[in-house]
Amino acid sequence: MSILGTRVLRTEDPRFLTSGGVYTDDVVDERLAGACQVFFVRSPIAHARIRAVDVTAALSAPGVVAAFTAADLDDLPAIPPMMPGLMNDHMTRGVLASGKVRHVGEPVAVVVTEQAYQGEDAMELVEVDYDPLPAVVDLAAAASDEVLLFEEAGTNIAANFGDASTLDDHLFDGCEVVTARRIVNQRVAPAPMETRAAAAAWGEDGRLTAWIPNQGAQGTRSGLALLLGLPEEQVRIITPDVGGAFGAKFGADPEHAVVAWVARRLGRPARWSETRYENLIAMTHGRAQQQTVTIGGRRDGTVLAYRLEIVQDAGSYPRIGAMLPYLTIMMTPGPYAIGQAEAVARSVVTTTTPVGAYRGAGRPEATAAVERAIDLFAAEIGMDPADVRRRNLLPPFTEPHRTAFGALYDTGDYATALDKVLAAAGYQDLRREQAERRARGDVIALGIGLSSYVEITGMGDGGPQAPEENATVEVHPDGTATILTGTSPHGQGHATAWAMLASEELGIPVDKITLKWGDTDLVPQGGGTGGSRSLQHGGSAVRQAAQELIEVARQRAAAELEASPADLRFDVERSTFAVAGDPDASVPLTRLAEEERLLVRTVFSAPGATFPFGSHLAVVEVDTETGKVVLRRVVTVDDAGFVLNPLLAEGQRHGGIAQGAAQAFLEEVVYDGDGNPLTASFADYPFLSATEVPSFELADMQTLTSYNPLGVKGIGEAGTIGATPAVQNAVVDALAHLGVRHIDMPASPQRVWQAIQAAAGSGAGGSSTGSENA
Amino acid sequence: MRAELTVNGQHRSDEVEPRLLLVHYLREVCGLRAANVGCDTTSCGACTVLLNGTSVKSCTVLTVQAAGQQVTTAEGLAADGELHPVQAAFRQEHGLQCGFCTPGMVMAAVGLLSENPDPTETEVREGLEGNFCRCTGYHNIVRAVLAAAAAASAAPTETAVPVDTEPAAPVDTLPAEVAG
Repeated sequence: MSILGTRVLRTEDPRFLTSGGVYTDDVVDERLAGACQVFFVRSPIAHARIRAVDVTAALSAPGVVAAFTAADLDDLPAIPPMMPGLMNDHMTRGVLASGKVRHVGEPVAVVVTEQAYQGEDAMELVEVDYDPLPAVVDLAAAASDEVLLFEEAGTNIAANFGDASTLDDHLFDGCEVVTARRIVNQRVAPAPMETRAAAAAWGEDGRLTAWIPNQGAQGTRSGLALLLGLPEEQVRIITPDVGGAFGAKFGADPEHAVVAWVARRLGRPARWSETRYENLIAMTHGRAQQQTVTIGGRRDGTVLAYRLEIVQDAGSYPRIGAMLPYLTIMMTPGPYAIGQAEAVARSVVTTTTPVGAYRGAGRPEATAAVERAIDLFAAEIGMDPADVRRRNLLPPFTEPHRTAFGALYDTGDYATALDKVLAAAGYQDLRREQAERRARGDVIALGIGLSSYVEITGMGDGGPQAPEENATVEVHPDGTATILTGTSPHGQGHATAWAMLASEELGIPVDKITLKWGDTDLVPQGGGTGGSRSLQHGGSAVRQAAQELIEVARQRAAAELEASPADLRFDVERSTFAVAGDPDASVPLTRLAEEERLLVRTVFSAPGATFPFGSHLAVVEVDTETGKVVLRRVVTVDDAGFVLNPLLAEGQRHGGIAQGAAQAFLEEVVYDGDGNPLTASFADYPFLSATEVPSFELADMQTLTSYNPLGVKGIGEAGTIGATPAVQNAVVDALAHLGVRHIDMPASPQRVWQAIQAAAGSGAGGSSTGSENA
Repeated sequence: MRAELTVNGQHRSDEVEPRLLLVHYLREVCGLRAANVGCDTTSCGACTVLLNGTSVKSCTVLTVQAAGQQVTTAEGLAADGELHPVQAAFRQEHGLQCGFCTPGMVMAAVGLLSENPDPTETEVREGLEGNFCRCTGYHNIVRAVLAAAAAASAAPTETAVPVDTEPAAPVDTLPAEVAG
């Protein structure tokens, strides 16, 4: 019986449960003996000129080894914006701020000490003379260019995606109903449980070894080499266990480069581990889009036209966040057949923490926009939102479907996913209960929210190159096997899943197969883990390598057994080659590794990205007197093709659903008008806890893709894409009978209560509340 | 100051700064790095250990406050190479992904079950409210704690709270290798 598709427990768990994972801060290595500790002095002001930085007092504090400012690090190159050419080229930065600071938390100086507590003390003694400038937090104010972050750029606009002046004035001609709304997809914090960290040591050969929690050591090597102005061969990245990433640990950050620089300058290893306060103000944030949706159609429920206009808050320096609209626009129409649709976007810089990738990165924003728009349209014409969805979903297709926005959907059956989730949730019963509560004037209103989604997983490099990943499989004489992968697990369970794939081909038990990754000397190439790419590319590569290894072994077995390779059968159950018709003439696979190493490295290449899809249904109770939202149920259908290990796939769905729901009704990074972060600790940032979510209800659906032999698509981001609009729609739905049409996320008690009051005041004419500023 | 305490069944006597937090003592002085630091505000629970059998956040206990008491960390939970029932349940129910919150979560769960051996799902969620996880959505963590409780009620002899168990790994044989 095949092991594929079965519930295999994780081989990595015993270690995590007993001695605990070995995260960067836990690494004990002789190369790091005697390491000094690096501490960053960060700006407490959002926008200011730096007049002077004085480290004199800090230098005389106990345990201080050194202190540096930007002037000391002038041998490091300026950091260009991501995607120069597309982004405004003048929006550069240094690894430490020089001249200006542009967000609270930007590093200005470093203090290096013998011990950690000494650094905490000495940092207080660094004196920075700031000349404050007006903060730029509001996106409209940023776009007005009244206060510039980069004078040399002449504008705060980092990038444009499309041209707003070319929007079609006649897009909604012929629509019986048109409704528009500005909605906020608020800024949230990825907040992996392990914060950022680094450890760096230089060898006598002038080569850097850096331990950095990351999502792909090879990309981190490239990033760090660029920051340090070094050739890549001079940098080795080692990836310890990584305590969560969620998109925010790709590449290398300025702090990582500073730690390496300090180690070189002082001639001794250096380490850094950020505090949660630093993490919440200096690790990239996610989302941060202001959207205007306009949707029009006929009163029979047919959507005819849809427009999405986006202002992306890039934060102070254009990074991946400034690029998010590219993906959002690509997914504009979602799973719907909309006759006419258009989208434009611009990214602006603000005096806030830079925005980057966060679980879904651009696709959740697209789904949130269109799913809110569908519900607005349904409310406008007085039709059940499930019916409006069913009427407009693309019909099932097995040949790729090209959208007007350039996406090529591989396979899809969206209406079936919707019908499955409605059936699993008992949709009609829920509607009946809702009607009963409304009829009796229950102060606890019941809300039912839907979302249908399609998303992109396993993209290539965005260029002409097909997405690919490499794997090496080696069988050892002692009956074990080793896999090298270019993916980079940080909770996803690759050690188990990749072992299952190899075991299926080699007949070697899962617990005898070891996975290695994340050391660039061991695995020089790789795309890492992100964008839900790992199984479809990395897993496919492992399977392919194992199959190719069997063919290599077949040649050796043929020589050993003096038979024709074509006459040999590989018995996976026994992991043995045997001559057909002569079972006594056989040789075990592992023996074929005795005289010569038995290994294969291969590259799997996919024809393109895959497009998983699904439907989510959320049930909330809203206290109409206090505005408090309680999430009662989340029921989901997430179709990501074949499920290799239900245990792991369900875990990915659970985590994503929770993070998605958290954005809908809890989490938000908040700045005041002066650019001060008000959510810079876990005491202030409303991080989701166990009491705020129910257990989740998952329904199964598997529509295979032809883009890889496993038939798999990505599952890692389904939850944040589907759950967020489902929960938001549920909150609005709960209050629809009171005239509420929209509530911006997060649906906090205050915001919900205000929406109820506004609706009552306006006589149920379709009310909404939300922050005006993202 | 001198701190004398028992960690995972072993008596220790160390000279420490008065301000040294218990979590840093465990990690840096004892070399027991399962407990992690995940925040600055006693919010996340990644550092949870047992102090005389009761779960505490070791980032908010001074080492000297623990003097004369018994500290149990995740390293001290498994006995004779066998996972503790709560650890086994976390594995069985896939109650961990990246693993960073896991040692603290497991210790919090052990503490919870010692106070309430047969909790409802709501009681488990409330009992773990002070322990954050970003990966699992709590779904399988809750399943694991309920499963551990059910297993314990089926076989009551396995439920002893392991305050006095021998440490699974001596202090000087911590994993030094880097994963991957």
